[in-house]
Amino acid sequence: MNIAVCVKQVIDTEAEKRLDPATWRLDRNVTCILNPYDEYAVEEALRIKEAHGGEVTAVCMGPQKAEDAVRKSLAMGVDSAVLVVDEALTGSDVQATAYVLAEALKGIQWDLVIFGVRSTDGETGCVPAAVAERLGVPLLSTLAKVEVQGSSVAVHRETEQGYVSYECPLPAVLSVIKGINEPRYPSMKGIMGAKKKPLDVKDASALGLDTAQVGLSGSKTKVLSARIPEPRKAGVKIEDDGTGAQKIVEFLASQKLV
Amino acid sequence: MDFTLTDDQRMIREMARDFSQAEIAPQAAEIDRTGAFPADILKKMSELGLMGLPIAEEYGGAGADYTSYCLALEEITRACGSTGLTYEAHISLGCMPIYYYGTEEQKREYLPMLCSGESLGSFGLTEPNAGSDAGGTQTTATLSDGEWVVNGSKCFITNAAYAKFVTITAVTDKGKGTRGISDIIVPTGIPGFKVRAAYEKLGLHGSNTTELFFDDVRVPEKNLLGVRGEGFKQFLAVLDGGRIAIGAMGVGIAQAGLDAALKYAKERVQFGQPIGKFQAVQFKLADMAMNIELARNMYLKAAWLKDTGRPYTQEAGYAKLFGSEMATKAALDAIQIHGGYGYIKEFPVERYLRDAKLLEIGEGTSEIIRLVIARGLGL
Repeated sequence: MNIAVCVKQVIDTEAEKRLDPATWRLDRNVTCILNPYDEYAVEEALRIKEAHGGEVTAVCMGPQKAEDAVRKSLAMGVDSAVLVVDEALTGSDVQATAYVLAEALKGIQWDLVIFGVRSTDGETGCVPAAVAERLGVPLLSTLAKVEVQGSSVAVHRETEQGYVSYECPLPAVLSVIKGINEPRYPSMKGIMGAKKKPLDVKDASALGLDTAQVGLSGSKTKVLSARIPEPRKAGVKIEDDGTGAQKIVEFLASQKLV
Repeated sequence: MDFTLTDDQRMIREMARDFSQAEIAPQAAEIDRTGAFPADILKKMSELGLMGLPIAEEYGGAGADYTSYCLALEEITRACGSTGLTYEAHISLGCMPIYYYGTEEQKREYLPMLCSGESLGSFGLTEPNAGSDAGGTQTTATLSDGEWVVNGSKCFITNAAYAKFVTITAVTDKGKGTRGISDIIVPTGIPGFKVRAAYEKLGLHGSNTTELFFDDVRVPEKNLLGVRGEGFKQFLAVLDGGRIAIGAMGVGIAQAGLDAALKYAKERVQFGQPIGKFQAVQFKLADMAMNIELARNMYLKAAWLKDTGRPYTQEAGYAKLFGSEMATKAALDAIQIHGGYGYIKEFPVERYLRDAKLLEIGEGTSEIIRLVIARGLGL
C-alpha cells in the first residue's frame, strides 16, 4: 500500500494575512507552517502504512522555503518527498496547481493520494477534486474515517446531517477533515532523521510541464480586486425593561428584516 | 556572524513549543497545587525522544546538540517550571556526568535507561554541611573487598525517587581536600540506601526533591565514575553545562510571565482604556521583553560555545546569573501588572515568581556565580 500525501506550506494561522495590492497575492514573508489540515492527512497516511505496510511520499508545490513544511512531514514519519519549486509556478490557481501536482504524482508509485480537506490560506478546498479529475481516479472528499480493506477503501464522508458510507476500489484520491485522527508530534529522532530522508526537488522542466498552463499567466482565474472586510461594528444592546420585544421588532423593521 | 538556528534546532524548538503548550501548560497549575509528580507528561516526553535529546544515538539518544536541548528546555519550562526542572536535572546533572566521564561499559549500561525515560537522571552533590562549599563533602566511600562502602547523606537532590541510580560525590581519599573527592554511581533500592522526599518548598512543587541516606551501602568498585580523586573537577564541569540550562529555564519562566502580563495588559480596562496604553505598564513590559531577549541570546551563545568545543565557563555564568535574576524580576513585574489578580492563584504569575526564585539558588547561588565570574576576570 503506497500512499502519496499532498502537503502545502501556509502562513501561520496566527500571522496577519496581507495581500499584495499589485497582484492580490498573499504576502508569504511571515512565519509559515505545514497546513494544519495536512497534518491530519499525513497522520492518516502513516496509520495506514503502519497497518498495511508500504511507503508514504509527500508531494508539495511551493517556494523553496516550503521545504520546512515538507521536512516536518518527513520528521513525522513520511519516507520521502517530492518538492516542486519553480518561479514559473508562482501565482498558480486551483487548476494550474492541480496540473502540477498531478504531473508530480504521475512520477511516483501510489495506491492512495491523501489531501487535507483544504488549505488555511487559499481555502478553496478544490485542489483534491481537480487532481482526481486529472488523474482519472475517484475522489472521496471531506472524510472523517478511512479504512483500507484489501484493494478497496471504506470511508465515512461527513455531511451536515451526519455521514455517508462509501466503498471505493483503489486507486483513489481522498481528502480528510480535522478530527479524523490526532496528528502525532514529530519525535526527536524523527526530526534528526528527517534530513537523511530523500527529498527530490524538481523544477517545471524536470516534470515536463507546459509552462503556458501554470503560474499567474497560465491560470484561468484572475483576481480582479480584493478588500479587507470592515471590522464588525458593535451590536445594539437592548435592555429588557418590559418593552424589549417591541424594541427588537422595531430594530428588525428598521433593517428591513421583517 | 550568523544568528540563524539550524533546521534541526528550529524544528525541535517548534515541536517542543507545540507539545508544551498543548500537553504540559494545561496541567501546570494543578501540578503546582497538588505537588503531584508529572509522570504522565514525562512518559510522553520519553516517547518523543526528549529524555535523551543531546545524547548520541548509539546510547539511545536523539543525537541533537546542547543548543537544541536548551531550546526545548526553555519551551518546557515556559509551560511548567516543575516539569522543566525535572527535565533539566535529568539531562544536565543525570545524563551528562555519565556521558562525559563514563567508561564505554558504563555508558552502555546507564545511558539507554536514561534516554528511554525508564530511569530519571539524578546527581547527588549537596550535603547538609556542604552546599556552596562542596569541598566540605562529608559522605565517604571506602574500598573494602573490591567494593565501595558508602556512608553519609545528601540533601536537595532532584529526581532521586524516580531514578534507578544516583551519581554521588563522596570522599574516597581523606586528607586530600577537594582532590580526595570521587564520583560514584549508586543504584537506588539497595540495602542501606534510603531516599526521602519530604520537603515543603516555596515553588516547583511537582519537582521531586529528596534527601539521600547511606548506611554502609556497598557498590562494586567499577561504579567509580571517571578518575578517582577528580570528582570535584568533574562536577564543576558538569555544573558549567547545567548553568547554561538554568539560564534557558529563566528565559522560559520570564517568557511565560511576559505572555501572561501582555495578555492581561491588553484586556484589563481602567480609566477607560486597556492598562497596556499606560506608559507605566508599557515600560515594565518593554523591560521584560528586552531582558528576556538578552538572556536568551546569552544562553544560546554559551550553548553554541559548548557545542563548538570552545571554553564557555564564563558565558555559562553570565547566562545563569542574568537569566535567573531577570526571571525573578520579570515574575515580580508580571504580578505588579496584574495587581490584586497577580497575588491570587487564579492567575499563573504568582507561581512564576515562586518557581523562578529557585533558579537563583540551585546549581550555584547567584553569589557563587559572581565569584566564578570574578575568578574568570583574574581576581
